[in-house]
Amino acid sequence: MEKVTVVNDLVIRFSNVNGTGSASANEMFAKSIFRMGIPVTPKNIFPSNIQGLPTWYEIRVSEKGYLGRRAGIDILVGVNPQVLERDIDSVRSGGYFIYDSSKKLHDSYIRKDINYIGIPMIKLSMANYERARIQQLFKNIIYVGAVATLIDMEIDVIKEVIADQFKNKPKLIPANYQALELGINYIKENYSYPLQFQLKRIDKNDDAILIDGNTACGLGAIYAGATVMAWYPITPSTSIASSFEKYCKKLRVDPETGKNKYAFIQAEDELAAIGMVIGATWNGARAFTSTSGPGVSLMNEFIGLSYFAEIPVVLINVERGGPSTGMPTRTQQADIISSAYASHGDTKHPCLYPSTPAECFDLTVAAFDLADRLQTLVMVISDLDLGMNNHMSKPLKWDDDKKYDLGKVLSADELEELESKGEKFGRYLDVDGDAIPNRTIPGTHPSLGSYFTRGTSHDEYAKYSELGEVYLKNVDRLAQKWETAKTIMPKPEFYQEGNRGNIGMIFFGTTTYAAVEAMDKMSDKGIIIDSMRVTAFPFGKEVEDFVNYYDQLIVVEQNRDAQFRSLLILELDINPKKIKSVLNYDGIPITAHQIVVGIEKQILVNAQLN
Amino acid sequence: MSYLKPKFHHPSLKPNKVGFIKSDYEGVISTLCAGCGHDSISGAIIQACYETSIEPHKLAKLSGIGCSSKTPTYFLSNSHGFNSVHGRMPSITTGANMANKDLIYLGVSGDGDTAAIGMGQFVHAIRRNLNMVYIVMNNGCYGLTKGQDSATADFGSISKAGSSNPYPGIDLCGLALELNATFVGRSFSGDKTQLVPMIKAAMAHPGFAFLDVISPCVTFNNNKGSTRSYSHVRAHIEETSLFDFVPHQDEITVDYDEGTVTKLELFDGSSIHLSKLAPEWDPTDRFSAVNRLHAAKSKGNVLTGLYYIDVESEDLHVKINTVDKPLNKLTQEELCPGQSQLDVINDSFR
Repeated sequence: MEKVTVVNDLVIRFSNVNGTGSASANEMFAKSIFRMGIPVTPKNIFPSNIQGLPTWYEIRVSEKGYLGRRAGIDILVGVNPQVLERDIDSVRSGGYFIYDSSKKLHDSYIRKDINYIGIPMIKLSMANYERARIQQLFKNIIYVGAVATLIDMEIDVIKEVIADQFKNKPKLIPANYQALELGINYIKENYSYPLQFQLKRIDKNDDAILIDGNTACGLGAIYAGATVMAWYPITPSTSIASSFEKYCKKLRVDPETGKNKYAFIQAEDELAAIGMVIGATWNGARAFTSTSGPGVSLMNEFIGLSYFAEIPVVLINVERGGPSTGMPTRTQQADIISSAYASHGDTKHPCLYPSTPAECFDLTVAAFDLADRLQTLVMVISDLDLGMNNHMSKPLKWDDDKKYDLGKVLSADELEELESKGEKFGRYLDVDGDAIPNRTIPGTHPSLGSYFTRGTSHDEYAKYSELGEVYLKNVDRLAQKWETAKTIMPKPEFYQEGNRGNIGMIFFGTTTYAAVEAMDKMSDKGIIIDSMRVTAFPFGKEVEDFVNYYDQLIVVEQNRDAQFRSLLILELDINPKKIKSVLNYDGIPITAHQIVVGIEKQILVNAQLN
Repeated sequence: MSYLKPKFHHPSLKPNKVGFIKSDYEGVISTLCAGCGHDSISGAIIQACYETSIEPHKLAKLSGIGCSSKTPTYFLSNSHGFNSVHGRMPSITTGANMANKDLIYLGVSGDGDTAAIGMGQFVHAIRRNLNMVYIVMNNGCYGLTKGQDSATADFGSISKAGSSNPYPGIDLCGLALELNATFVGRSFSGDKTQLVPMIKAAMAHPGFAFLDVISPCVTFNNNKGSTRSYSHVRAHIEETSLFDFVPHQDEITVDYDEGTVTKLELFDGSSIHLSKLAPEWDPTDRFSAVNRLHAAKSKGNVLTGLYYIDVESEDLHVKINTVDKPLNKLTQEELCPGQSQLDVINDSFR
């Protein structure tokens, strides 16, 4: 069979044992492809475990720039004996299985429709390095060299990435180069290369960066002026805290005194973490926490307090597979309803849905302004895929002319001016019709502006009251404040000039990558579908107009119960019959193929119904 | 329902050093039961703040949920207050303190709010040596829900309904000592002479100052057989010392017998004067404090007074090395690194 050369379009998966140092070798491999200017999407599919369980690192290379997952593995590098059979089964027909041939592969593992390339990785490593741990680590670099040669990567680029990786431990660089050469030479001496899957430099990545969403969220909080972070460790959100701390150490230490312009508190649990944030923002600092679904469940009590007492909070929820402990290291968009309506009683909370690392940065910044402006909790809803995987992204951008919007906070002078006019400060008094009251920060004035914050029912002057009419006035104002929120939330993104057909597709967050690719695929098939990416809740006029325009809507999301569809129906009074779903919830990011198949099915069903 | 008090006061009442009269430190009229120990503690807080000339806006009062946690509305109306959720006052106070290190944080809690639902946050606030005064108004029962035993109720104490508590009580002072709290004391709501200077000293202490104040519940736990009734506590009080607090501005005016007074200097120049009643106890030695407490308990007594103080206490801000300026006063210019730094960061991801 004639093999057609495929350039810059492949999926390669590394199958490793976690805790063996494979992640950093695989990341260097991905970064080298990125530096060759080829669009690349790495995904780490890892276990909730420290050492000894299977972990996969999947890299999609797409010259067209598609950054979603693609099914069908062209090359599998299998160095985990625990899952050999499953790994071999997962290779697409005509693909390659690259394995450690230090031990012979049993005949039962031989598939006739795929190609096998054996490299004695651990033997080579043991022959060249003494200590067991070093042998293990360099085995990874040996396969990087071998695979890079097989797909014709630029070895100099890999060397440059290695040099960058170890710039603080330069002694390790020559040893890594040596391991790389071991892999390269083994291929050159034993196999014909390159394979039909090849990479060629195209310099298509412009000024893009390769970064994970959690790092960008942490940086966004720093740029937004957050000074207090309180948090409790939980996958997949922990690296937001790490990022905040790491960059604070670089950017927020006073050079003269060596003292910190931030407080970074690892709380005893999520309840305390959000309590600390509420205490800090009540006292006039910008503060935030990050967590995942189980943490949000624990925070529900305080979320209600922040809503009712109108205290700004920024909470970043990096979703993982639920319910309960669920799949801690798998991705889902399954906290849509529990975030939007978190806590008991009538509550709702503005939510932001970033889809790229650059947007993680921008929307984290926006969350602080919105929380202060609206005096309420604002949730940034990311997910494990966005938070923990590297994504090619536009660079992070800050407008140096931007000023923080700290909202309606009265100064001592303003309090005195109010007093001189004979007016009384009312913490929960709507003074200008937007339903957002003024607030004061403790310590502002010796005798003016103090009030009592409480989670119990209160009047316009923060006094306790159980009178029905007082309660109604307050909660109805909160409902009106929600209407104000609708006018200032970030706008949705549309992918067409004006509305074209009669089907509208709606998606948000990381589903975007696959959805954008699916649009091209459908367009190739002549299917016209208009698309909207929602970035925020509550839904503004633009979202409402879009859903009202189309006869048929399809919401693509990554949970079982079509939660975003429910949210749209609940908030926008849509006829449920006209809104369908394409769902993916196995914990692995959705693909364009799944979306196209799902939509075709929906169109078919609809055609039959008509 | 809260009532506003009339603002009239006797013309002879003197303003303090910052120009406030005592009624400026009061709150609305209490809605607690007549005779509630908590109201006496509120009174002691008012007196302590007035006498030490604290500007009302330089103090924030915080609480959880319960009878005790209602009291912050009954004192210091000119201070910001925060009645948070059940058992969560410590986390709110931690955040508030992180935002502004320049205020005094007065946390009020109860035995249910601290020893049961709030135990987790209580112990961690101690562990961090958060700079705050933490007062537990301890009556051994849940008043607002009609008198159930709390976790601090003594073993064998008889409830109003007549049942004997089958569980050992949690001694919050003993726990605080075990957790290395830097200021630990117990007092009695009926002993203002001791309580007022202890609150003053607690406010001057740079770290976690814990005051467990036995405060009888007149409605649900003042019956015969209760170990938290007024009569039982009065009959079983044993003091560690005669206690006085001397602010740094003041001359020492208290007359003590030569040789019996221990003077402890606090970081701000103020001092604590103790006339010790037990020679084997040293208030700066945690072990001796623990022994002193156990000795009193073995006799069935309620030990009041200062138990322990770490005069070299370093609070959370010192531990995490924050700047001198309160974090909530830092400006955008001081906090935002700007695009030039972001360019460098972007480059590190290429």
